[in-house]
Amino acid sequence: MIVESNVVRFDCMPLDNGATLAPVEVAYETYGELNARKSNAILVLHAFSGDAHAAGISHVTGKPGWWDNMIGPGKAFDTNRYFVICANVLGGCRGSTGPASINPATGCPYAMTFPVITIGDMVRLQKMLIDSMGIERLLCVSGGSMGGMQALEWAVSYPDRVVSAIPIACTTRHSAQQIAFNEVGRQAIMADPDWNDGNYYSDKPPARGLAVARMVGHITYMSDDSMREKFGRRLRGKENFGYDFDVDFEVESYLRYRGSEFVNRFDANSYLYITKAMDYFDLVNGHGSLAAAFETARARFLVISFSSDWLYPSYQSQEIVRALRARNCDVAYVELQSNYGHDAFLVDVAEQTDLIRGFLASTYEKAQ
Amino acid sequence: MTAQVPKPQPFVRELLGRSDYAIIGEIVEPGSKVLDLGCGDGDLLQWLAENKGVDARGVEISSAKVQRAIARGVSVYQGDIDEGLADYPDGAFDYVILSQTLQETHHPRTVLREMLRIGRRAIVAFPNFGHWRMRLSLLFGGRAPITKLFPHTWFDSPNIHILTVQDFEELVTLEGIRVERRYFLSAGRKMNFRPNLLAETAVYLVSASSR
Repeated sequence: MIVESNVVRFDCMPLDNGATLAPVEVAYETYGELNARKSNAILVLHAFSGDAHAAGISHVTGKPGWWDNMIGPGKAFDTNRYFVICANVLGGCRGSTGPASINPATGCPYAMTFPVITIGDMVRLQKMLIDSMGIERLLCVSGGSMGGMQALEWAVSYPDRVVSAIPIACTTRHSAQQIAFNEVGRQAIMADPDWNDGNYYSDKPPARGLAVARMVGHITYMSDDSMREKFGRRLRGKENFGYDFDVDFEVESYLRYRGSEFVNRFDANSYLYITKAMDYFDLVNGHGSLAAAFETARARFLVISFSSDWLYPSYQSQEIVRALRARNCDVAYVELQSNYGHDAFLVDVAEQTDLIRGFLASTYEKAQ
Repeated sequence: MTAQVPKPQPFVRELLGRSDYAIIGEIVEPGSKVLDLGCGDGDLLQWLAENKGVDARGVEISSAKVQRAIARGVSVYQGDIDEGLADYPDGAFDYVILSQTLQETHHPRTVLREMLRIGRRAIVAFPNFGHWRMRLSLLFGGRAPITKLFPHTWFDSPNIHILTVQDFEELVTLEGIRVERRYFLSAGRKMNFRPNLLAETAVYLVSASSR
């Protein structure tokens, strides 16, 4: 399945910080067919470093989408039945408006003059996209990690527009530990002289800082078990220690590779803005309690967490579930056993497929 | 051909292979809101949803069973009955079902109180440890009874608070709980004669007495 990205442009949009962004573009892909009643649309929401290319083979890069194992004919999000949409988030660097976009007022990239955005802003832009498609209600909003936060934001901010939500491996607000890891990433970027206060678009990007930020990220996505299994203490291409600071261990090689590869596809300023949006996200804020936040939520929920995910531990998913129960909302929850840590939502396909397929089928039936 | 006089039918048709489910299936009113505690893979809830149009929810501690329940479209959450009911608001359900699980809970009395707080009514089905087979097995075997109803060795048994019909009657009196209906089953038949000695399974429909 070869897929193409589309871009839709809006004249302007209001932001949570009071500013207005004009114009705004959003890049998106769709898979499957929207039915005549427009009742089979599912919005899939990407995680921090993801993009609109969720499934199929990109006609530009030739690469499969980030959730290609979950979206497609006969898969969890079955494109024979459902119309699946995925959009690059606001503040991103993969086709939607972000700090690397040209500010029409200056003719230069926004860089750090880009307004600080929130998860709420990302969702508002997605809603504008859904409106432009004439879709009244989404059958489901679903995503892992930051995608799960967006799914929760959808269910709370636009309760009449979503029939169901599947937040996976996520939280209603970052803990001190989660903010701390994001801050390390941001500081790594800003400590790189090439960052130049964000003005690097006509020069070389802060590749070393961004790579270090990504290395830290990758450690938090894995588990102790999965790292032991994948790397152990194995040496990279040598029998003995080099007694220098070149790569000795496999894990060093892996992290360096992941870091340098990331630089080619991600903008450092987007890293700053998107991690900030995640850190600001707080469903309790302004509501008093989580249960109060879910007061208006009407969606049916399937909440999934993973046993070895220490970045978004199960207790955070259980907080969501408890608050939904206090509101007597329709919620299913399971903690899946997995060794893959936070990455499990991208890797543990078989179990998630059974859960999501069954949940969607019964939701679709009830909604018709 | 002689005209047949319809006889009262003592046999309970099994539902999903279980006679206590058949009683529960009779009791639950169509379109009601039901929470099943220890719902396993959600087979009873699915039946109630499909045949009685109930809004079906469940709690189950086993991850594998929760996965199967969700995969069949039933809203089940993974959690512990002993801990997990406090979040629900009062009167959230029309029925809270506890089928063959009361004897597995750590705090059966608290669980029963919680069921009647979050549900207008509770349905409790449990295996009767006072059945004569259990008594004979203990009397003559001298060991923790292993029977069809209690098939586990003592060290493997999930049953940590075994009880008899008489025990349950005393608990509801102690708690001031109103018994709306009681059913006793033996070999798939409804029966009423000396249930504490002869019933294999008891099913109670109870509600808080203040109502």
